[in-house]
Parts: sequence; structure tokens; C-alpha cells
Amino acid sequence: MKFKLFMIAGMSAVLAACASTPPATTEAPPSEPPQTTRTDTPGTVDQGPVPGTEAHFVATAGDRVFYDLDRSTLTAAGRETLRRQADWLNAYPGTDILIAGNCDERGTREYNLALGARRANAARDYLVSLGVSPSRIQTVSYGKERPTCRESSERCWALNRNAITMISGGVTG
Amino acid sequence: MTLIFRLLSVLILLSVPSAALAQQPLQVDIARGHLEPTPIAIPDFIDAGGTDSRGADIAGVIAADLESSGLFTTVDERAFIEDIQDFNLRPRFQDWRVINADALLIGQVTRQNDGRLLVGFRLWDTRLQEQMVGLQFVTAPENWRRVAHRVADAVYERLTGESGYFDTRVIYVSEGLGPRGEPVRRLAMMDQDGANPSFLTDRSYWSLLPNYSPSAQQITYVSFLDGQATTYVYDLESGRQEALFASGGTGLARVDPDGQSLSARFSPNGEQLAVSIELQAGHDIHLFDLRSRNLRRLTEHPADDVEPSFAPDGDRIVFSSSRSGGSQLYVMPVNGGEAQRVSFGEGRYTAPVWSPRGDLIAFVKQHNGQFSLGVVDAGGSGEERILYQGYYVDTPAWSPNGRVILFTRGDRGREGTEYEIWSVDLAGFNLRRMPISGQSSDPAWSPLIE
Repeated sequence: MKFKLFMIAGMSAVLAACASTPPATTEAPPSEPPQTTRTDTPGTVDQGPVPGTEAHFVATAGDRVFYDLDRSTLTAAGRETLRRQADWLNAYPGTDILIAGNCDERGTREYNLALGARRANAARDYLVSLGVSPSRIQTVSYGKERPTCRESSERCWALNRNAITMISGGVTG
Repeated sequence: MTLIFRLLSVLILLSVPSAALAQQPLQVDIARGHLEPTPIAIPDFIDAGGTDSRGADIAGVIAADLESSGLFTTVDERAFIEDIQDFNLRPRFQDWRVINADALLIGQVTRQNDGRLLVGFRLWDTRLQEQMVGLQFVTAPENWRRVAHRVADAVYERLTGESGYFDTRVIYVSEGLGPRGEPVRRLAMMDQDGANPSFLTDRSYWSLLPNYSPSAQQITYVSFLDGQATTYVYDLESGRQEALFASGGTGLARVDPDGQSLSARFSPNGEQLAVSIELQAGHDIHLFDLRSRNLRRLTEHPADDVEPSFAPDGDRIVFSSSRSGGSQLYVMPVNGGEAQRVSFGEGRYTAPVWSPRGDLIAFVKQHNGQFSLGVVDAGGSGEERILYQGYYVDTPAWSPNGRVILFTRGDRGREGTEYEIWSVDLAGFNLRRMPISGQSSDPAWSPLIE
């Protein structure tokens, strides 16, 4: 199973620019590639990302969870993704993460800064409940200021209602 | 860069003697004046030597100010009959009556021996043939636009009976994308009419949600300089800024290191800030004393309480909260205590700002995919009026006299919503786009500076 996932991850890194559906490790609604596959190096594509790297994290766990309109409660799919994130984080205990909460553009600015913080906190709290030390986790809200998807469409708004987990420290390789 | 307005010396000009007639003086109805704007003639101010046609520039700025209010219309100068040569003589009123100028504004610019400009004006009621107001300003030559705004304020005040708002500035967020497609949010400042734009912050970090202090010497804003939303105070004269609630060692009031702090508004006396700060339990409204540096928590509800704004009497604070499900507006005493809901319509209410007149609270409402800018009775009757409805609305900002609202208006664009600052009057008329190049948002309107 793990091997298969790595293969798919390698493909997704290659096809990232084509907006292919990311590996089954990311939850359902969006058809958008993970945004943060920046640590890929040319020699590693065929084997998948180097274990312990952010690319590896994205490929094996999925780096983001999505929220319903105006909500900050985790969905079943979101909890599933966070369980994989917790597994990965528990396997690489030297890493630290930053969780960024984001909102769609259909809300006022300050309201969305608060809502984004709630989304990041919901993800953090669930990871902590799964054994990830809170000292490894930082959160930030970007409100509606940093959309993944720029169109004004329901599809993009759904993609932009998220909490994205980024490896912020302790990456090996 | 001189950010603070320099004081001008002002002298009242005595009226040129006139024959008093028993008639109603000219009066502009501020609530209904837009239906029939008052015609005013504003000939170029007389250049009394060495002023490089500054007289025409000044008349142009005054005319643009008055027209922008929607309450006045300027008479086309090609219709003028009398050529005013001496502004100390009584005009030939018949010449101005026949071209339907109810009011006549004449003025003169003189360069004094010390290099400063002497600007005088007289406002005439052409029907009563009486001077309504006359003033004289002395100022440095580069301040000529300010003098023009002061004249426009004096005319507006004399004719409407309410204070003007033209000698003011606006701070806002200039929005864009950087070279790598990253969002850029910079604070910028301009005169109320769009002149003299300049940036206050650079593109290396986001600056959002500015608010003026009552003295116009400082602003608060939300800065991402430290990686997350943090309340800053920025001194406009010195350019110095400081984080108020940073989690690091530099902050003055320690808060939860993982929590953000949002937009802060000054109390009417300028001594306190109301601000929403994120604690473990969510966002709560706090009161921060700028002198003692004491931070006090005012709300303790588990729902997010954000966007606080003081009543002009300083006794109450309005804020938005999701405590009843969707976001609604609440008013509470400034010392905390029970909050009363003041918005009752359908939809999500956010971004409340108390009117400087005290009776109304401006808000943004989201309902059925549409956004509205509205005002609601601050007393809690729930009576509300919608002033603008469109694709997106945010951050209302009142003119200092409470008659005009600036707001962020968004329209659907190719790469997401495109933001501009617009104004609308309290009656929902006179919708105008602010002359700002590029995308802009989060207007903060300065008070009048005396």
C-alpha cells in the first residue's frame, strides 16, 4: 500500500502543473494539486519524495483539510486526513509544523481572520488529541488574504476554506 | 514627508455693507439636497500678483469638493457675465441671478512679502444680496490645496449648517500581487479628494484594517510583520510603530503567544483602544489603556467577538459576534457587562462602526450571496436602512460629520474579487468611486483637524 502511494505521489509531483487530482490521500471535494510541493528535487521523482520531507508529508498524509461554508468544525474527511498527518508527525518527531487557516473571499476581512484562526485551531486540537505535542505546532490565520485558487467560483471558494499544514522545522534531507 | 497638517492662521473678513432684505437666507437641506443640488458659481480666485494662476487651481479644488457632496452643482463659467476684478466690492447680483447662481463664491490669492500665500474669500447669497461668510487664510504656498479644502468646508458649513469634511485625509490598503503572485497589502494615505497619495508601509508584509486616532496623529492597523495578525500603533509624524500585544519580548501587553490581535479602534478621548484578541477560548473584546498599558478583557463568550467600535460618547462599544449562530451586532457598556443585540434582520451582520453622531451604526450584511452596506438604529429598535447593495462590501468608514460613508466595494473579477473604495451618502445617494489607481480597501477617514 505504501509503495503504491509513493508511486502516485511521484506522478502528482510531475503532473502538478496540470491540475491533476492529487493522491487518494487528499480528501474529496477539490480537484487541485497540493500547493506546497516545493522540496522536490529532480533525482527523487521516480522513487517518490524523500521520507521525512515536506513533499513526503504531502504525499503520504495530505497537507490540508477543508471546511464547510462559514464553519470551523472538522468534517469526517478532514479528521481522516489529520489522522494521517498525526501518524506521519509521530513517525518524524523531530519536525515542527505551521497550520494556516484560510477562508473564501465571501466574507469580511476581520471576520475571516477570526474564522481562519478557528479553522487552524480545530486542526491543531485534533492533532494534539492524536498525540502530537502542542509545542511542535504553530498556527496562523491568513483570513481571505491567501487564496489557493483565485477564481470567483463556488469550486474555488470550497478549495480556499481550509487549514494547510506546513512543515516549518526539523526536516531531514 | 510632512504627514501632520500645519496650522493655518485664519482671519474673519467683515461683510461688505449691504441692504438687508426681509427674505429667507439661502439654506441647503442636507438630507434632501441631493434631489435638487444648489447652484453655486465659483469664478477663479483673483490672482493678485505672483501666484502663478493658483487662483484657478484653488477654485477648481473647491468646486470639486462641493460637487462631490452631491448637494451642490457649479455653474458653468462660460455663462458668467460679470468678471470679478475686486473681491472687496459688492458683486453685480443681477448678473449672477440671471444665470441661476443661488450662491456666489469669490476669492483672491496674494503672495505676501514673506513668501506665504494670503487667500481670502467671500460667499454671497445672490438673492438676499448678503455676504454669508468671509474668511482669510495665511499659509505656506505648498498648502494651497488645504486652504481650498478649508474654504469648501466653510461654504458647506455655512450653507448646510453642519460641519464639513473636505480638509481630511484617508488611509487605506493598497492591494495587489507581487512578482511571484504573492498578495501585497500596503497602507497608503491621500487627501480626501485623492490628491497627494503616498505609501506608509512597504510590500514586505501585509498591512490591513487601519483606524485613525481622534487627533489624527496616530493610526492603529493589523500588521503581519511578525508572521501573524498583530495590532500595531503607527505614529504618522515620526513613522515609528510598535506591536501592542505581540507574543515576543517587544510587546507591551503579553497575550497568548499563539493568539492573533485584530483591528483596534480608539476611544473618543483617544486614551483607550477596543480590540479583539484571540485567546485559547476564541476571540474576545478587550480594552487597552494606552497610558497605563493595562489590558482588560470585556467579553468572555466562547463564540468569536470581533470588530469593536466605540460610541461617540465613549460609554458603549458595538461589536460583532457569532454567539447566536450567524454573526450579529451587539452593544455593551464600555466596562463590560451584558451585551444587547441590535441587528435583527436576516443574514450575517459584520463590520459595525458607530456613527460620529451617535444615533446609527453602519454595518455590512451578507444575505443570499449579496452584500449590503447599511445603517441600523443604535438604540436597538432593529430599524435599518440599506445604502448600497452589491457583490461584496466591507469596512464602512464615516466622514467626520457622519453624513458620508466610505466603504470597500468588491466586484467579480477574472482573478477573484476586485476591490475599490467607494462613497455613498447617508440617504443612499451620490455613490462615487474614490480616485485611487489599482485595487484598494479598508478606508479610514481622518477627523477634521483644526
